[in-house]
Amino acid sequence: MDWKQLWEILSAPDNVPIIAMIPLLAFYIYLAWKQASANDVLIAQLETNPSLAKTHHRKAWPFQPGWAKEVHVWPFLLRVEFLAAIIVTIILMVWSITLNAPLEEPANPNLTMNPAKAPWYFLGLQEMLVYFDPWIAGVVMPTLIIFGLMVIPYIDTNPLGAGYYTWKQRKFAIGTFLFGFIILWVSMIFIGTFIRGPGWQWFWPGQTWDHNRLIYEVNRDLPDIFGITSNLGKGIFGAVVVGGFFAIGGMFVHAFFRRHNAKDFKRMSLLQYSIMMTFFLTMLGLPIKMLLRLLFHIKYVWITPWFNV
Amino acid sequence: MPEEKTPNGKNGKSAGLVERLKAGVKEDLESLKTDLPAKAKEQVEILKKPTKTLVYTSIFRHKHDDTPRNRALGVLSNVFLHLHPAKINRDAVRYSYTWGMGGITFYLFIVLTLTGVLLMFYYHPSKVQAFRDVLYLEHDVPFGKLLRNMHRWAAHLMVIAVELHMFRVFLTGSYKKPREFNWNVGVILLVLTLLLSFTGYLLPDDQLGFWAVTVGTNMARATPLLGHEGPFGAQLGMTPYNDVRFGLLGGSIVDANALLRSYIWHCIGIPIIASIFMILHFWRVRKDGGISGPAPVVLDSEVKEAKK
Repeated sequence: MDWKQLWEILSAPDNVPIIAMIPLLAFYIYLAWKQASANDVLIAQLETNPSLAKTHHRKAWPFQPGWAKEVHVWPFLLRVEFLAAIIVTIILMVWSITLNAPLEEPANPNLTMNPAKAPWYFLGLQEMLVYFDPWIAGVVMPTLIIFGLMVIPYIDTNPLGAGYYTWKQRKFAIGTFLFGFIILWVSMIFIGTFIRGPGWQWFWPGQTWDHNRLIYEVNRDLPDIFGITSNLGKGIFGAVVVGGFFAIGGMFVHAFFRRHNAKDFKRMSLLQYSIMMTFFLTMLGLPIKMLLRLLFHIKYVWITPWFNV
Repeated sequence: MPEEKTPNGKNGKSAGLVERLKAGVKEDLESLKTDLPAKAKEQVEILKKPTKTLVYTSIFRHKHDDTPRNRALGVLSNVFLHLHPAKINRDAVRYSYTWGMGGITFYLFIVLTLTGVLLMFYYHPSKVQAFRDVLYLEHDVPFGKLLRNMHRWAAHLMVIAVELHMFRVFLTGSYKKPREFNWNVGVILLVLTLLLSFTGYLLPDDQLGFWAVTVGTNMARATPLLGHEGPFGAQLGMTPYNDVRFGLLGGSIVDANALLRSYIWHCIGIPIIASIFMILHFWRVRKDGGISGPAPVVLDSEVKEAKK
């Protein structure tokens, strides 16, 4: 266990925000979960008791008849905002006094930093470079993330859960978002920051960053395993495998979605449904490709003269 | 000649003038003695109520005693606060619901603008001076180090706050009808925040920024169709000297032009674009009915299916 190495990574000034994100995320997930479960209990109660549902104020927070439903923004909201501004300022001040912004040596194109890392919020994308060619990891994926986020309101036809925390009414939507945000975005940032060392090799926390380490690793392409050698064969094989993933995976998701989200399925138009499927399967493909690489040393699945996947 | 004794003598008229002048001055002095103290007394009384003064009433158009009307006017008649409604749902002020991350993001944007403008006074976006300016800022400028630290940490904090804001908006289903469009504006603002942070990364012109931006922009080489290493790029005549990366960097490597472009995007271009989208975002929050909740829960059995 190399404590010095571990400390160097953890205490690097630019890594501090990522460490700060752990307790922050944990706290806010707890906060959301607490309210969601309270609301879910209330919903279950109201569903079984229609007469209560007619009279209940429908929030997990207490409400008495006669209480004002609305409060003045001045002072009740503005004092919260003012307090938030003060607290953020204090945090920022203390942080800025105690920790200096990093400044390395002057830029030198002849001396490559190893590892050369992007800013922390892009490390998830940089980590993707291990598994995908730059045109996918650096261009297609960010584009898909942006468009994927943008289509969310237009493909989520579930009218429930607007304006309150809930889990039971929106399992699929929240589950998918948590998977994308926590597993694919945040944890990839963690791997990129704390695990990846020189040569972008995998170093467990506490392992010394050995700049001379060589890993003997033979990465194979999927067509080679099946003994396909011709370019045409590789191209067709890859197209079949990737197409097969979308077709068979799509069938599985369809079977699941149709049963467990029957109402949503009924509400969705063909366009909404196919957009949802495309983004969902592409998202699922990410960890699958990663596992293929990490467990079976498979580099490319689909090889063509112009691009490789 | 006893000229002086004749009332209508040669100097008679002027003698009358002197008399009148004397009387006038005496009156003035009398007035100074009586009127001014009275006015002073009056002035003290007025100053005891500063809210009644002409200047004050010209600035603040309404009274400030604690009445519902004045509480509402305090928000509505103030340009900095008028984005708020006068009244909101009693639960909408609960921190556990809102997390306050949108507001904190905006506050950090203001902090970043202020510290950023101060930093601009000491910084030249040129290869010769950029790095030295940062050193100068850290070691010689009073509070320069604190200024730079605050700018950097506020930037990191802003990225975290934006992501948490999006997380909260998703978890509360706040993108649902009628807020679909505002969610999209929010996604654009998220991207702009990341780009703001990324363009600022290069500006110290040190190894950290240089290689981070090199890694980042190298991806652009691989843009399909538009990058010289991307799929079908070569077939479309893309070279390192005319592809999309060249356009981003103003050259084929990260150098002086890239520094200048980064600087202009960071200090002028993206802040203006982001401000426009922020105006739109905040305006739409109000127009779409204020913040989404906390709304009363809706039961599955109550949903009316739209007829097709």
